[in-house]
Amino acid sequence: MIPIPAINLGSILPALILCAAGLVVLAVGLFVRRGAVTVAALISLVGIVLAFMTNSPLRALNAEAFSGLVAADSFCWFLNILILIAVGLTVLISAKYLADEGMALPEYFVLLLFCAAGMMFMVSGNHILVIFIGLETLSISVYVLAGIHPAIPRSQESALKYLLLGAFSSGLFLYGAALLYGSAGSLALPALAKYFQAGSTSLMAKAGMGLLLIGFGFKVAAVPFHMWTPDVYEGAPTPITAFMSVGVKAAAFAAFVRVFFDSLAALQVNWSQILWVLALVTMILGNLAALVQDNIKRMLAYSSIAHAGYILVGMVAGHTEGTSALLYYLLAYTFTNMGAFGVVALVGRKGEANNMIDDYRGLAKLHPLLAVTMAIFLFSLAGVPPTAGFVGKFTIFSAAVKEGYVGLVIVGVLTSAISVYYYFRVVMKMYMEAPATEPQALHFGPAVVVGLLIAAVGVLYIGIFPITYLDLAAKSVMPLF
Amino acid sequence: MLNSYLPLLVILLLSAFIGVAILVLSALLSRKNASPIKLMPYECGMDPIGNARRRFAVRFFLIGMLFIVFDIELIFLFPWAAIYEKLLMFGFIEMLIFVLVLLLGLIYVWKKGALEWE
Amino acid sequence: MVTLHHYLVVSAALFALGVIGVMIRRNLIVVLMCLELMLNAVNLSFVAFSHYLGSLEGQVFVLFVMVVAAAEVAVGLAIAVAVFRQKGSIDVNDVNLMKW
Repeated sequence: MIPIPAINLGSILPALILCAAGLVVLAVGLFVRRGAVTVAALISLVGIVLAFMTNSPLRALNAEAFSGLVAADSFCWFLNILILIAVGLTVLISAKYLADEGMALPEYFVLLLFCAAGMMFMVSGNHILVIFIGLETLSISVYVLAGIHPAIPRSQESALKYLLLGAFSSGLFLYGAALLYGSAGSLALPALAKYFQAGSTSLMAKAGMGLLLIGFGFKVAAVPFHMWTPDVYEGAPTPITAFMSVGVKAAAFAAFVRVFFDSLAALQVNWSQILWVLALVTMILGNLAALVQDNIKRMLAYSSIAHAGYILVGMVAGHTEGTSALLYYLLAYTFTNMGAFGVVALVGRKGEANNMIDDYRGLAKLHPLLAVTMAIFLFSLAGVPPTAGFVGKFTIFSAAVKEGYVGLVIVGVLTSAISVYYYFRVVMKMYMEAPATEPQALHFGPAVVVGLLIAAVGVLYIGIFPITYLDLAAKSVMPLF
Repeated sequence: MLNSYLPLLVILLLSAFIGVAILVLSALLSRKNASPIKLMPYECGMDPIGNARRRFAVRFFLIGMLFIVFDIELIFLFPWAAIYEKLLMFGFIEMLIFVLVLLLGLIYVWKKGALEWE
Repeated sequence: MVTLHHYLVVSAALFALGVIGVMIRRNLIVVLMCLELMLNAVNLSFVAFSHYLGSLEGQVFVLFVMVVAAAEVAVGLAIAVAVFRQKGSIDVNDVNLMKW
C-alpha cells in the first residue's frame, strides 16, 4: 500500500481552470464553423474570470501542497492576478487583431490559456521540477504563438529564433539544476535552502547557481542574454508580443525571485554582485539601443530590456523593500505595456503594415482619444508622474538607495532620462507632425476599447493611489523571508 | 593496481595495430578497377532506383512529429504500471484523466486531417 | 571501476559538444539534434547523481525532461517545415529578415 499524498486541488485551481478552459476551447473549435474566434474568446474570458475568483483563497492559505511541490502563498496569489490581467487583456486585444488578419484560429486562445497556466505553475513552484515544467509549458506555447501568423514571414522567423535560443537557455538551466541536485541531493527549494545554509558550498553548486542565473537571464531578457528579444518581439503578432513582454517576464522574474531569495539566500553576497553588473549593463544597453530604432515594436522591445534592468535593480536591493517594489513594478508594467502594445496592434492595420514610428504622425488629429491613451502609456514607460511607471521606478530606486546601491541608482536615473527622449519622440509625432499621406480612420471593436480602457485606467489608478498596491505587494512577499 | 591494466593496454595496442595494418595493406595491395556495377550498393539484386540522399516528403515530418509526441507520453505509463496494484482507484482515475487529455489531442489531430496520407 | 566522476565527465563533454554544435552548425535539423544532445547530457548527469545519492528524484526529473525535449523537438520540426516552405532552405543563415 502506498500512502497517497494529500491532494489539495484548491492550491492550483486557477491554473487547472485555465487548462480546462483551454481544452474546452480546443474541443469547441473543432465543431464550430462560423465565429469560432468569437466563441473561443468568450470561453477564454469566462475561464479567466473563474480563475480570478478561485485565486483569492490562495492569499490566506500560505501552505505547501502536493508533498511540497507547490507553494500556495500570497506571492503566488499576487502574480496569478498579474498573469490573469495580462492574459485577459491579451484576449481582448486579440479578438479584433485575429478578425482583421483573417486568422480563424481558435487554437490561438488554447495556446494562450495553456501558456498562462504554465506561468501559474512557474510562479507557484516550490521545487525546481515544477518551475521547469511551468517554464517549458509557457515557452513551448509561446514559440508556437510567435509563429502563428501565416502571412508574415517575420512571424515564422521570430518563432524559429525564439525556439532555438529558448531551448538553448533551458538546456543551460537544466544543467544548472543537475549540478545543484548533485550537491544538495534534492531540488526542493527548502532542501536547497538547508544545504546552502549549512555552509560547505561546493564549487559544483556555485556553478549550478550560475547556470540557473543564465537560464533566468535569458527568459527575462537581461543583457547579455537579450539578443533574441528585438527580433522575436518584432516578428511575433503584436498581441503576442504584448503578452510575451509582460507575462513571460513576470513569471520568469517571479520564479527567479523565489528560487534566489528562498533557497539561495545564503549566497546572496555572491549573486547580488552578478545581478548588479547585469542590471547596470541591461539599463544602459537597452536604453541606448532603443534610441535609434525606427520600428515601434523594436523600440518597445529594447525598452522592455531596459525595464528588465530596472526590475533587476529591485532584485539587487533585495529584502522586503526591494522585492515588493519589484512586484509593484511588474504590476505597473503589466498595465502599461499591454496598453502600449494594444495601441500598436490597432495602428498596425492589416498585415502589420504600419509599425514604423513615422506611422504615428498625426494620430492625435485623427483619433484624439487613442493618442491620449498612447501618451499615457508612454509617459508611464518613461516614468513621468502621476502614472504607475513613476511610482514603480521611484520605489525601486529608493529601495536600492536604502541598501546603499547609490551608483546603480544614479545610472538608473540617468538612463531613464535618456529613455524620455525616445518615448516622447512618439508623442511628438502624434501631436506635432502631419501624416505623410491622407490617413484612413482606424476601426475599433468593443473588445479593444474595453481592453485599452482597463489598461489606461489601471495605469492612472495605481499611479495616483499607489499606497494600497504597494502595501499589497509588501504583504505578498512576506512568505519569502 | 596499474599493473593489472597492462594486459588491457597490450590488447588495445595490438588490436589497433592489426586494424590499421589491414586497412593499409588492403589499400596498398588491392587492384582497383572501379566500374558502375562494382560501385553499386549491392552487386547482386535489385538495381537502385535513385539516390538515397534525396529529400523526404514533408508528410513524413508531420507523422514523425505526431509520433514523437504521442509516443513519449508512454514514459509516464511505465512507472504507473509498475505500481498499479498499490495505487488502487486513485491511480486509475489519475491516469484516466491523463489519457483523456491525450485522447482529446488525438481527436483534434484526426479532425484536422493530419492523419490522412493524401 | 567506473565512478560518478566518469559519468560527470562524459556528461559535461556531451553537453559541451551540444553547446558548440548549436553555435557553429548552420543546418536547422542538426542544431535541433545538438539541443537534444545538451538535454540528454543533462539526463545522464541526473541519472548518475540519482544512483550515487540513492534518491529517485533525479530519475523522475529525467522522465519529465525527456517529455519536454520531445515536445520541443516536435515544435521545432514544425517550425522548420514552415520555414522551409517559405524559403526553400533550412539554413539558419538564410533566416535573416530581421538583423540579429
